[in-house]
Amino acid sequence: MKQRISLGRNIFIVSNYIFLIFLSFLCLFPLIHVLAISFSSSSAAASGLVKLWPVDFQISSYQYILNKPEFIQSVLVTLKRVALGFTINLLMSVLCAYPLSKERSSFRYRTIYAWYFIITILFGGGLIPWYLTVSETGLIDTIWALVIPGAVPVFNVILLLNFFRGLPKEIEESAFMDGAGHWRVLWLMYIPLSLPSLATISLFTLVGHWNSWFDGLILMNFPDKYPLSTYLQLVIINSDPMKMSAGDIYKYAEISDRTTRAAQIFLGALPILLVYPFLQKYFVKGIVLGSIKG
Amino acid sequence: MQKREGGFTSPPDRFCNRQGGEEILHFIKPRSSKRLREFPLHIMLLPGVLILFVYSYIPMAGISIAFQNFYPTNGLFGSDWIGLKNFRYVMQMPDIAEVLWNTIYIATMKIIAGQIVPLSIALLLNELKNQLVKRGVQTLIYLPHFLSWILLGGILIDILSPSEGIIAQILRTIGIEPIFFLGSNQWFPYVMVASDVWKEFGFGTIIYLAAITGINPTLYEAAIMDGANHWRQTWHITLPGMLPIIVLMATLSLGNVLNAGFDQIFNLYSPAVYQTGDILDTVVYRMGLIDAQFGVATAIGLLKSVVSTILISISYYLAYRLANYRIF
Repeated sequence: MKQRISLGRNIFIVSNYIFLIFLSFLCLFPLIHVLAISFSSSSAAASGLVKLWPVDFQISSYQYILNKPEFIQSVLVTLKRVALGFTINLLMSVLCAYPLSKERSSFRYRTIYAWYFIITILFGGGLIPWYLTVSETGLIDTIWALVIPGAVPVFNVILLLNFFRGLPKEIEESAFMDGAGHWRVLWLMYIPLSLPSLATISLFTLVGHWNSWFDGLILMNFPDKYPLSTYLQLVIINSDPMKMSAGDIYKYAEISDRTTRAAQIFLGALPILLVYPFLQKYFVKGIVLGSIKG
Repeated sequence: MQKREGGFTSPPDRFCNRQGGEEILHFIKPRSSKRLREFPLHIMLLPGVLILFVYSYIPMAGISIAFQNFYPTNGLFGSDWIGLKNFRYVMQMPDIAEVLWNTIYIATMKIIAGQIVPLSIALLLNELKNQLVKRGVQTLIYLPHFLSWILLGGILIDILSPSEGIIAQILRTIGIEPIFFLGSNQWFPYVMVASDVWKEFGFGTIIYLAAITGINPTLYEAAIMDGANHWRQTWHITLPGMLPIIVLMATLSLGNVLNAGFDQIFNLYSPAVYQTGDILDTVVYRMGLIDAQFGVATAIGLLKSVVSTILISISYYLAYRLANYRIF
């Protein structure tokens, strides 16, 4: 049985396509615009000639940035932070999600532990006590300040534990029958079975650590210890002359140049753009499975 | 660095010894195979529990700073207790009402727009029959969610710049005087809402699209049999089918009424727009970490935390009653 497609329906279909394609362009446009500016000459950028394609194509702003020791230094800090933070966060998520995914019948203290975790979402001490605690534990100005305080990502734990609960109980029961313990069940059965969900939280963790800037700003006293995002905050956002001393103005005068700023924005986004296509196919599935459960 | 790490893990070992000792006692008794079974689960949770204890629970105790004339050198509990003086000071701050209003105003607009826009876009996306276009659109609209407000803030500052920004150029060509969007008290809150919706709407569609996919297709077949057109199918099947998720997302967003978005506003505001753009979180940051008024800043943070906790608890309770939702 075929429905007759009316004229109004056709108009709707066509305009819907146009509208949604325009919308996706709107999400991509700012990045293309910034990319075009970064490859243009300073004078073309300053006179507003650049739209979506570079004018007077050149790569001098990239050469300038990649030769700047501060930039390279902050990239190194970020790489260290991402490597450490990613490993620790993923390990913690798995280790916490597995016990919490158990039924009360097989893990009696589950409810107590679950509340212990939930309370940290519901209530927090706020910025100042948190800062003072981190400071008291002696992490200020070390790379661990960016890794340890946020080592347990409670939302990722929840995402993962909901996925774990969806796995059939029979597999683990038969493994226990065969004499396997919890550690073996976790490493040999749960982890291989939850790769989509792990890919999701991997993406969130990697992106989260790459993008984090506020902890770097308040926990690091010296700009040479800043991770990339914090450094970019300094040179892209905070290059306002009002906020700087005379020496700083001289130092940052060049950086506040529009093409250089654009190039730094693009370099900051590049790793995310690179991992995005690979992990994108997993995260939709992972989020949906983690949040709406049957 | 390693030394520090060692120092970090050693004090909490006392806890584990106590618990471990208890476990081992039962270990010896023959009937305790269940406890033995559970033992590895405690070990797995131990590192997470300790880290949350230090970096979530100790800061909770640190709210006592709000009741002290706090000096950092005296430790968390060593300063003079001054009762509610910090809170009285907060109440007497000249622009506190303005800041509270800005926070609620911006946050509420973000919550409402952040529900309606993704919902509508999900409905429209569902009408696309060409899977390639649909997948492409989805991929592109999810992308801004993954970029930080540093990068997007930098982009916005550039695009919205009244002298060289592309928006100003477009306005000039159609004969409108360029507006300094980020420097105008009139425009600032709306720019915050619009750019936040732009960043997050795509990501928000994921959950609604999943809800649409979960609707039983036979309902549509039956409706077509009964002669329902596409509008009626959307109105009578798709939307009611999504209702549990819509209710759920709406109730869960209730907890954000005091979260106007620190990352975004901190990177885009300036003293010129404090009047309409300054929010609780930015005030706490400036008073606490710039001016070192720890007690007062903690007091503001505490007031915010308490209200937020009440709101989040209500929203979880409502979500549980209305949509049978449990986070755990």
